[in-house]
Amino acid sequence: MSDIAQVRFRSATEETPLARRALIAVAVLGLGILVAAPLIVVFAEALAQGWAAAVASLGNRDALSAIRLTLTIAGISVPLTAGFGIAAAWFITKFDFRGKAFLITLIDLPFSVSPVVAGLCIVLMFGTNSLVGGWLVASGYPIVFALPGIVLATMFVTFPFVARELIPVMIEQGRAEEEAALTLGASGWRVFWTVTLPNIRWALLYGVLLCNARAMGEFGAVAVVSGKIRGQTATMPITIEMFYNEYLSVAAFSLAAVLTLLALVTLLLKTALEIRHADQLAALHP
Amino acid sequence: MIAAAAPIRAKRVLPGFTLSLGTTLLYLTVVILIPVLALILKGAEIGPARFWAIVTAPRAVAAFQVTITAAVIATVFNAVYGLLMAWVLVRYEFPGKRLLDALMDIPFALPTAVAGLSLTALFSANGWIGAWLEPQGISVVYTIWGIALAMAFTSVPFVVRTVQPVLEDLDPAYEQAARTLGASEVTIFTRVIFPQILPAWLAGCTIAFARSLGEFGAIVFIAGNLPMKTEIAALLAFIRLEEFDYNGASAIALVLLVFALVLLFVSNRLQAWAMRHKGV
Repeated sequence: MSDIAQVRFRSATEETPLARRALIAVAVLGLGILVAAPLIVVFAEALAQGWAAAVASLGNRDALSAIRLTLTIAGISVPLTAGFGIAAAWFITKFDFRGKAFLITLIDLPFSVSPVVAGLCIVLMFGTNSLVGGWLVASGYPIVFALPGIVLATMFVTFPFVARELIPVMIEQGRAEEEAALTLGASGWRVFWTVTLPNIRWALLYGVLLCNARAMGEFGAVAVVSGKIRGQTATMPITIEMFYNEYLSVAAFSLAAVLTLLALVTLLLKTALEIRHADQLAALHP
Repeated sequence: MIAAAAPIRAKRVLPGFTLSLGTTLLYLTVVILIPVLALILKGAEIGPARFWAIVTAPRAVAAFQVTITAAVIATVFNAVYGLLMAWVLVRYEFPGKRLLDALMDIPFALPTAVAGLSLTALFSANGWIGAWLEPQGISVVYTIWGIALAMAFTSVPFVVRTVQPVLEDLDPAYEQAARTLGASEVTIFTRVIFPQILPAWLAGCTIAFARSLGEFGAIVFIAGNLPMKTEIAALLAFIRLEEFDYNGASAIALVLLVFALVLLFVSNRLQAWAMRHKGV
């Protein structure tokens, strides 16, 4: 949001101050109930029996293994998705070809497909009953109910995040700078590292942050492919559900609080990026 | 890399065509296309008669009804509230505006399971808001309203974030012209502003609706998951899979997939319309 736009609009908007205040009040109230209150509740419930109980519940064996697993999954899937995102954004914005709109639609697919459907697709493809999966299990490389399946499911649901942040920024920046660098004799990779990457780094960072938050928090797709094996394939969100179903409220909410903190840090960084690098992120909202 | 693009090199100045094409297609194929194809093949294997029997079984029909009804409620709410929110964020200056804007992204960054857990705690009979609603005879948790609430939470940013940039880019000249010609504020909104943001607003609502139909994590906590009453379609597919009924799970999942594809297509058409609108 550029400040110029704000100033320009203030002159054009002529609602009465009363109407303005009423609209702002409704917006704030709605967000308070729908978004802010749930955030506060997570921490309130986690600390219902004091700090000691909350911290102790995080030291639980299941909780620790869940945290370790979730970090592993994010560590594998986020760099892969980022690499793909850069390649896809380069391909879409630097070249002209037919079917570009179709390709963008395909990239958007995971936004609208249910995560349960995504998980099921992977089970059908790589489960023990399928051709590929049966062979892989026989060779000792199970995908479903094991780490590779969870990573694959995470990659499915986080698929568009990085590419979607980069594409508008790279369209806005055009191709002229890269073409100039080429004319001056730079190699393809050098153009990428010294011209393109510095231009897109903040958008890339934001895409990676969102992708990471989603990767660590994915529930539906992981619930389907992981088999929810305690201590082995139960990620943090899955373990939250297990604790909750066992009436371990403090443990469930403590683990949820850790993920909430992650989400808050993600958005804090995003806001800081927007303030400091507003010009380069201006295209983020397409 | 460049050699492969040589025959039409005049058109492609920048390098990396083959590399980026290859990476994109490989990743897309392995992660998205092959798994989706597996589901479609499974659907074909079931055969039309059995497929129809599965998706028209009373429990499945009830699940689809619950899902669609709740998604419609959530989308209507988001359509109104999301538009209002975008309007407030773009047009007004007030303290705390940046915080409000940042909070709007929480549903994107907060895990759905956490959202479901905390909404349930908040709206249950002894929760902060539930304790106040329950005596008035309004129960949210374990009803369709709870499902709609969870859907509204996860999909509201889609409406706000599609309308917001369009609203920012509006040319104030049209409004000023309308005002000069004596139009009232209401007329200016309905005749000048609204038609300009309509395509983006509809596109945002379509994506929000698609998201609501597929939502799972937030809903399983708050819904109570009673078959025939508060069981959503995605959960039914999940239950069928846990029972090792692959046909049952796949048939329901295929219906959800078709919904998602159709809505994605509609949203894309609307976005294209919005772009054309912008060009005029």
